[in-house]
Amino acid sequence: MSDVKKFMFVNRKAPYGTIYALESLEVVLITAAFDQDVSLAFMDDGVYQLKKGQQTKGIETKNFSPTYRALEDYDVEKLYVEKEAMEARGLSEEDFIVDVTVLSRAEMGAMMDEQDVVLSF
Amino acid sequence: MLHIVNKSPLTSTTLESCLNTAAGGDLLLIEDAVYAATTGSAFEGKLKAAMGRLKVHVLMPDLEARGLADRMIEGISPVDYAGFVGLTVANKNCQSWL
Repeated sequence: MSDVKKFMFVNRKAPYGTIYALESLEVVLITAAFDQDVSLAFMDDGVYQLKKGQQTKGIETKNFSPTYRALEDYDVEKLYVEKEAMEARGLSEEDFIVDVTVLSRAEMGAMMDEQDVVLSF
Repeated sequence: MLHIVNKSPLTSTTLESCLNTAAGGDLLLIEDAVYAATTGSAFEGKLKAAMGRLKVHVLMPDLEARGLADRMIEGISPVDYAGFVGLTVANKNCQSWL
């Protein structure tokens, strides 16, 4: 289909402290319904969104992290994590709730450059 | 006195300002500031350096929500909501580093 555009969602905020992470996820699911080429980039504190083992009972907030696992059912399979951000936070690929592709900042920049639409959260 | 910080140490300079200013007393990390209480973070050294002069506490429900309760830096005191209230009562004054 010729009208498919490349959409990248850039996630740079930690979950729960602000609403950005949850809002991004909502828009990702909407975009996926329109059969577009969707990718998600996790940079800076955004890498914390994918941390395994989130338990939100104590803060009485919905734990939305399992939703990242459902993304593949919507054919959203391009999840990119910034290597430098991951390492600065003491995290590794095994800490994430989903399989991701780890990219350097430079690779992430190149990937961003290729997009038709970039949405920032 | 009691210092309260709620911003991530790698996104905001708030915690650094607090650590550069606070003379002593209690420091309570809540919301996104709990990331400063985790091992392996690039901020770990700065927090540990401050632990000699500040008693550092972390609000556990916020650390648990973020999936990092098992990575708390040794020597930090975990508190629940009642502990949060207790700290505000035990100190003569309080600065929230918004």
